[in-house]
Amino acid sequence: MFDPFYPFDWLATQIVTRLLGLSVESHLGASLHFFLYDVPKVLTLLIVISFVVGTFQSFLQPENVRQWLEGKRTLGGNILAAMVGIVTPFCSCSAVPLFIGFLEAGIPLGVTFSYLISAPMVNEVAVVLLWGLFGLKVTLLYIGFGVGLAILAGYIIGWLKLEKWVESFVWQFQKAHQDNAQEDNLNANHVTWKQRFQQGWFQSSEIVRSVWLYVVVGIAIGAGIHGYVPTTLVTQLAGSSNPFAVPVAVVLGVPLYANIAGVMPITEALVNKGMPMGTVLAFTMAVTALSLPEMVILRKVLRPQLLAVFISLMTFGIISIGYLFNALLV
Amino acid sequence: MKPITVEVLGTGCKKCQQLEANAREAIAALNLEAEIFHITDPIEIAKRGVMSTPALTVNGKVVGKGKVMTSEEIQPLLQM
Repeated sequence: MFDPFYPFDWLATQIVTRLLGLSVESHLGASLHFFLYDVPKVLTLLIVISFVVGTFQSFLQPENVRQWLEGKRTLGGNILAAMVGIVTPFCSCSAVPLFIGFLEAGIPLGVTFSYLISAPMVNEVAVVLLWGLFGLKVTLLYIGFGVGLAILAGYIIGWLKLEKWVESFVWQFQKAHQDNAQEDNLNANHVTWKQRFQQGWFQSSEIVRSVWLYVVVGIAIGAGIHGYVPTTLVTQLAGSSNPFAVPVAVVLGVPLYANIAGVMPITEALVNKGMPMGTVLAFTMAVTALSLPEMVILRKVLRPQLLAVFISLMTFGIISIGYLFNALLV
Repeated sequence: MKPITVEVLGTGCKKCQQLEANAREAIAALNLEAEIFHITDPIEIAKRGVMSTPALTVNGKVVGKGKVMTSEEIQPLLQM
């Protein structure tokens, strides 16, 4: 099959074998090859994809998304919201304004949640890392199951009618909104391509600047594991025979929000040594969708009961996906 | 002339700080008298009808959101 990363592989092999005179089978050679292959590959993907996403972001302002979702009812709305979440970028810093903005426009609570789950889960950094480290198939499965979880969890939240557990001041925005509807659409239409590219470039350099060190350190640790940690140890601890590997991975993932770029290369090395893929997917989902800072921010608009329902649904869903995967792919 | 009020809306991410720096630059370039506030409370941000940060308001009116505007882009907005 065509491998878009072949040049990186070739170059890393050349450096290790020709320049350093090591075999890629040796401990040091294997570690060095892992490092020299992964660092340029992941950084290149990160630059390119975040540039593309940043450029097209200007077409997908939250105001547009809100317009598409307005008037949509459950299920159909949940599906659309989760799909839209794939392509829109998301920052946990705007989770609360977004949440209020959606509800004030009359978008149902469950549909809002579907978007709020899918948007951060399918973000460019996670997708780049999964694609670069584990391949396209795993990435598509991640996106598919992530969107499925977003639809289902949002639908259940809507079905349970939990509006009473949204902080009451949020509903006052809804009244105010109906009084002065419109006045949206400012600066939406006269954005030039030059500005879009500038925005894309800004986004891309911003992301790379904030994660490159994590990537390099993470890959270095992964390289160490790849070359030196024996396979049997990994299979014993994280292999499919350990029934607690999935929940433990999920729990570990929650506080790692900012460091996904550093942690994923480590999991790559572990997968090479026999850790099952479902455990990795569950872990990645926990990192992106159950992030601690986002929960803290959401507490501003959600009563603890609703936050608890949300967290339980997500935890249960993610762990199930992990087990399902491990069972299917063995 | 009355001093103008400029608000930078953002929860403290790098983009928001960049926007604030650009806004200060624009104000200095035009020699205007202005008060700059940095609003970080997400609920205050939502109250201004903004869903994507960073955003900028001039005298209470939202003039841009969801992107880092340059000093050149901000200058005409200050003179309205």
